[in-house]
Amino acid sequence: MKAATKTNLKLVSLVLGMFCFGFALVPIYDVFCEITGLNGKVSGPTIIEYDDNFNPREIKILFVTKNNENMAWNFSSEKRILDAETGIAYTVDYTFENPTDYPMVAQAIPSVSPGKGAQYFHKTECFCFEEQLLQPGEKLTMPVRFIIDPDLPDDVPVLTLGYTLFDISESHIKLQASN
Amino acid sequence: MSAVIDSHSDDHHHGPAKGITRWLYTTNHKDIGTLYLWFSFLMLFLGGAMAMVIRAELFEPGSQIVSPEFYNQMLTNHGLIMVFGAVMPAFVGLANWIIPMQIGAPDMALPRMNNLSFWILPVAFGILISTFFMEGGGPNFGWTFYAPLSTTYAPPTVTFFIFAVHIMGASSIMGSINIITTILNMRAPGMTFMKMPLFTWTWLITAYLLIAVMPVLAGAVTMMLMDIHFGTSFFNAAGGGDPVLFQHVFWFFGHPEVYIMILPAFGIVSHIIETFSRKPIFGYTSMVYAIASIAILSFIVWAHHMFTVGMPIAGELFFMYTTMLIAIPTGVKVFNWLSTMFKGSISFETPMLFSIAFVALFTIGGLSGLMLAIAPADFQYHDTYFVVAHFHYVLVPGAIFGIIAGVYYWLPKWTGNMYDEVLGKTHFWMSFISVNITFFPMHFVGLAGMPRRIPDYALQFADFNMVISIGAFIFGLTQLLFLFIILKSIFAGKQATSEVWEGAKGLEWTVASPAPYHTFETPPEVK
Repeated sequence: MKAATKTNLKLVSLVLGMFCFGFALVPIYDVFCEITGLNGKVSGPTIIEYDDNFNPREIKILFVTKNNENMAWNFSSEKRILDAETGIAYTVDYTFENPTDYPMVAQAIPSVSPGKGAQYFHKTECFCFEEQLLQPGEKLTMPVRFIIDPDLPDDVPVLTLGYTLFDISESHIKLQASN
Repeated sequence: MSAVIDSHSDDHHHGPAKGITRWLYTTNHKDIGTLYLWFSFLMLFLGGAMAMVIRAELFEPGSQIVSPEFYNQMLTNHGLIMVFGAVMPAFVGLANWIIPMQIGAPDMALPRMNNLSFWILPVAFGILISTFFMEGGGPNFGWTFYAPLSTTYAPPTVTFFIFAVHIMGASSIMGSINIITTILNMRAPGMTFMKMPLFTWTWLITAYLLIAVMPVLAGAVTMMLMDIHFGTSFFNAAGGGDPVLFQHVFWFFGHPEVYIMILPAFGIVSHIIETFSRKPIFGYTSMVYAIASIAILSFIVWAHHMFTVGMPIAGELFFMYTTMLIAIPTGVKVFNWLSTMFKGSISFETPMLFSIAFVALFTIGGLSGLMLAIAPADFQYHDTYFVVAHFHYVLVPGAIFGIIAGVYYWLPKWTGNMYDEVLGKTHFWMSFISVNITFFPMHFVGLAGMPRRIPDYALQFADFNMVISIGAFIFGLTQLLFLFIILKSIFAGKQATSEVWEGAKGLEWTVASPAPYHTFETPPEVK
């Protein structure tokens, strides 16, 4: 039965390998989306350099803000539409207000659509890079600074930058408690 | 001491132990096969009863007999029980009974694990069904248990569901390891891979699929468990996760799973068609390669279940084309079955009737699958009854007809008695007609836009739904006849010869009917 034992060991290691692969799908999925810009995932802060002789083109940018379920904050952007040009840096302010009577922590998650334009949307500064802690009634204005890559494909006339604001107070308290 | 051991081994050789312990402690592949088959039959009736509740609720528009909450539990558990409780264990049961006899092995390679892999199944389904009697009720999020329905919005009993799935997965994995090790190491001398019977071939490939994807399912439910109880956010966007990730992980398991439920049926039908056409199977080698290609392709098509999640066009095209590619090996198989029958000396016993119906109706299900594979069209069909029609055509007159055909084909070998041919044919015609009354109109209401998984529908679908429900009731009742036929064949009937069917090929037809408790203790020579 030596051959059978060998087969069994191979099969058991295949089972364990595939179990790990199931979990490996999580980072693979994230990395895959980030590289390809699928799912509107945008990368973190970037510094970009261009050669000077690019042709700027006009692009309309829409700003959308949304609260996740049970999120009580007031969350809005200073403007809804911006007529922009590629290759130029813009700043848009967003305001956050905590109307509740207890401190809360929030995290904004960005998404750019259409997905194929996501990798051309470069943010140099963003409130979404960090968590926000607001005391009861506190109001805060935070900027997003971004440049649209001049390499943006011509068939993308409009880009939408969406933010969804999530209440992460609970996990934050848990983290603090565990520290 | 040695005397004790001797008398033990003597007992062992003379036949099965008496009473309940025969079944509890058995390591005999035939006993375990029988247990699997009866268990899956019980689950077929349980899942079928749930289908009857669903069809009774949909008999007329408006709320009929159950609350929408209970309806959701019914449709979820109907799916789970039919997939994991009826179809899969039935195939494992057939594998246990038939594979060692087909390859000339005395038993399975790992008989004790075989016992364990069966006996944890009733535990798993006991846990699953017990949730109905708990606060919050059973799982209600569809058999695909998409997050966040199965995490954030799930009933508290979801944890029981998760452990039940873990145990079912463990059972399948153990069963598969056993089957692969048996096939790879215990074939009779002279039986090369390309001489292996097709049922054994399909199961070898199916077992590899199971081993590859069941652990991924275990991973998916483990992530759910961690999201629910340990504060992780695999599928929760608020914590940086992504609910769409769940669908990717699930369907990475789910698509190979649908082939797991059909490949062994391909093997069964191949045997039956060659036996009753009295011709060797046409294109044996291409059959083997077709099965292997289907299995490999099944790993790269999963996202065709989720065309509407907002995939980029490149993804939709990739998954659309790879999905369509599967039609080629499947077409090869259908062509080979038809060519085997062509100019054959065909007789129409019950197994053959079910197999011919399998070829015809499975092809209908395959063609509607091709329609669903067209990404832009899928936006129209997605989550309608057209999808329900499609997968029921491949699962009921596909997988389940394949299993029924196999049971009729090998039943005389198991019981030693021929089944009642008149009753068998009645069973076939009633099933064939009612299955089409049930599932064919679902194409029409689906194309007209009736959504699936909803306990009510718009008035214009009323007539078709009544027809569907009547068909379903007839189909359900007809399966009681199947139970009667099997029982009758156990206790009475014409004595079967060892060959059973005129000219049947394969080692299983060389042993006596009923098959002795131990077969092929000295391996046969295969030329």
